[in-house]
Amino acid sequence: MSINRRIFFKTAGLIGASLTVGKSFGETSPEKNEIEFRGMLYDSTRCVGCQECEKACAIAHNLPEPQDEIKAGVLRKTSETQRCAINLFNTTKGEVYVRKQCMHCNEPACAAACLTEAMHKTIEGPVIWREPKCMGCRYCMVSCPFDVPKFEYNSANPKIQKCDMCYDRILKGEKSACIEACPGEAITFGTRRELIAEARKRIAENPELYFDQIYGENVAGGTGWLYLSPVPFNEIGLNTKLQNSSYPELTKGFLYSVASVDVLLPPLLLGIYAATKNNQPKEDEND
Amino acid sequence: MTNPAYPTIAENERKFNWQFLVNELKPKGKWLTPFNIISLPIMLLGLALIVLRFWKGLGAVTNLTQEIPWGLWIGFDVVTGVAFAGGAYVVTFMVYILNMKKYHSIVRVTVLNGFLAYAFYTGALLIDLGRPWNVVNPIIGNNYGTSSVMFLVAWHFLLYMLAELFEFSPAIAEWLGAKRAHKILSGMTIGAVILGITLSTLHQSGLGALFLMAKDKIYPLWYSEFIPILFVVSSIFAGLSMVIFEGSISNKVFFNQISEKNHKAHNSIIHGLSKICAVTMFAYFFLQFLVFIHDKNWNYMNTPMGYWFLVELIGFVLIPMMMFFYSYRTGNIFMIKLAAILTMIGVILNRLNVSVIGFRWDAPVHYIPSWMEIVVTMAIIFTEIWIFRWVVNRMPVLSESPIWAKENNH
Repeated sequence: MSINRRIFFKTAGLIGASLTVGKSFGETSPEKNEIEFRGMLYDSTRCVGCQECEKACAIAHNLPEPQDEIKAGVLRKTSETQRCAINLFNTTKGEVYVRKQCMHCNEPACAAACLTEAMHKTIEGPVIWREPKCMGCRYCMVSCPFDVPKFEYNSANPKIQKCDMCYDRILKGEKSACIEACPGEAITFGTRRELIAEARKRIAENPELYFDQIYGENVAGGTGWLYLSPVPFNEIGLNTKLQNSSYPELTKGFLYSVASVDVLLPPLLLGIYAATKNNQPKEDEND
Repeated sequence: MTNPAYPTIAENERKFNWQFLVNELKPKGKWLTPFNIISLPIMLLGLALIVLRFWKGLGAVTNLTQEIPWGLWIGFDVVTGVAFAGGAYVVTFMVYILNMKKYHSIVRVTVLNGFLAYAFYTGALLIDLGRPWNVVNPIIGNNYGTSSVMFLVAWHFLLYMLAELFEFSPAIAEWLGAKRAHKILSGMTIGAVILGITLSTLHQSGLGALFLMAKDKIYPLWYSEFIPILFVVSSIFAGLSMVIFEGSISNKVFFNQISEKNHKAHNSIIHGLSKICAVTMFAYFFLQFLVFIHDKNWNYMNTPMGYWFLVELIGFVLIPMMMFFYSYRTGNIFMIKLAAILTMIGVILNRLNVSVIGFRWDAPVHYIPSWMEIVVTMAIIFTEIWIFRWVVNRMPVLSESPIWAKENNH
C-alpha cells in the first residue's frame, strides 16, 4: 500500500522544478509604484491636420513619408511603415482632426502578453519594442485593445512597428519628433499627472470648446496618451467600448491559479495512484 | 506470445550498432501505396512553401493581416491540434492513476500520437514565428516574460513534451534492445505521467487563456472569462474522440501488428471511451449553457453568428453527445465512431471560432487562409503520419513488448 519512495522523490523533485518556474509570477518591484510615467496630451481642437508630425515621425524612424492626403470618411491607418496617422472626422461640431498612435498604456496588454519582454513599459513611460528579444509571435497584436503593433509581413527579418514616443530622444532629454514638428502646440509632453491637470485646466477655462472628459485617463487602466476633444470620443473614432480596468487584469486569475494547480494536482494524483494501485489483484494478462 | 509480424530481432539481445539503425531507416514494404502517392507531392510542395516563407517573409505565403495576426497555422495547427493531443493525458490518467487496466493496450499509441502531435505543432509554431531564431529567449533566461500566459504555455508545452518522451521511452528501449535503460526508464513512467497530467491541464487551459486579453476582439458568444475551463474540459473528449478515430484506422492499417486479444479488446475499449466522452461532453455543454446565461448573450442569437454558434453547440456537441450516450447503451460501435468524427468537427469549429472566425469578426478585411497555408498544414500532418507509421512499424507500440521487457516490469 505504500508509495514507492523513489517515485515519491522523483515526483517531488519534478514538482519543485516546475515551482521554481512558477514562483516569479506577480512579482513587483517596490519602486514601481513611486515612478511617474511621462505621457503626451493631444488636444484635437488645436490640431489642423498639417501632417508635419507624420513627416517628422517618418524621418525620425527611417520610414517612408506618408503621401496620401487626409479626407473625411477615408480612414487612414497606422501600418508597418507608418507609426502615427491623422484622420478627419465630420462631427456635430464640425470638422475635427484626430491623431492616432500607440496609447502607451500604464499597464500595457502587449507587454503583459510578451513572453520575451520585448514589449516593455519603460519607467519613463513609453512602451517600447526591443528587437533582439522579440520572437515574432504577434501575441502583442492579438492582445492590444487599440490594435497598435504592426508587423512587417513582407520581410524575412520582420520588425514590430509602433510609436515609441521617441524613447531615445526622451532619454537624451530631447522632445519627441512630433512635438518638435507641431506648429500648433497640439501635443504636450509631461508627467501624466501634470498633463491631466493641464487638460482639466483647459476644459475648465473653455467649457464651451471641450467635451468634458479626457480620453485615456481611465480607459484600459489609463494610458500615456491623453486626448482632449470638442465632441464625444466615439465621434472622432476613438474606441469608447473598451473597459476601464487594465487588460492584463483579465489574465490575472488564470496566472495565479497556475501555481496552485502545479502544486496541488501532483500530490492529489499521487494519492489516487496509491489508493487504486493495489485494489485489484495483479493482472498479468493485460500488462 | 510472439508476434508473427514482428520477428525475433527485438527478442534477442543486440549490441547497439549503426548498421541496425541504417537498416531501420529504410522503408519497409511497398513504396507506391495510394497514401504515399497523395502525401508525397503535398509534403514536397509544403517544403517549398516553407522555404518561400523564410525567404520572403510570412506575407508571401499567408493571408494574415495587421488586424488578424493569427490564422490557420495557430488556430488549427496549434490550438486545435493540441486539443486533439489531449488523449494522451486522459488515457495515462485512466491507466496509470486510476489503474484501469483495460485501456493499457492503447497507452503507447496514444502517447506516441500525443508526442508527435506536440513535436509537429511546435514545428508549425516555428514556421509561424516571425523571428524564430529568438525562440530560445523565453527558455534560456534573462528574458522571462513571467506575466505572459504564453510564457506559461511555452514552458508547460516544453516540459510536457519531455514528460511524454519519458512515458514513451520504454518502447524505444525495447526497440533498441537496451535492457538496463529500459528498466530505468520504466521506473520513471509514473512520475512522468503525474507531471504530464498536471502540465496538460495547465497548457490546455492556457491555450484558451491566451485569448483572455482579446476581450473586445472575439465575438461575444465565444468570449468569456471561462475560456480556459471550457478549453480544458473539451480537450478531454477531443482527445478521446481522436483516440477512437485514430484507433479505428490503426486497427485496420496495422492489422498484422496487433495481437488477436487486443484486436478483440478494441471494441470494448471504444465502448468504454464513449461513456467518458458522453459524460464530459454533457459537462461541457452544461458549462457552455451556464456561460451563455451568465453573459446574457440572448441578443446575439438572432444573427448569423448566433446561428453559427448553435450549429457548433447543437450539431457538434449536443447531437454527438446523445449519440455517445445512446450507443453506449446499445453497444453500437459504428455509431460511436461516427459520434467521434462529429465531435472532432465540433472541436475544430470551436477552436477556429475562438481563434480565427470570431476573432475580429468586425475587421474590414476578413481573413481566409491562402491555399499555401492549407498546403503547409496538410504537409505537416502528412509528415507526422509518416513518422508515426515509421515508429509503429519498428517499435513495440501496437505490437506486444518483447518478453524480456515484460519481465523487467515485475
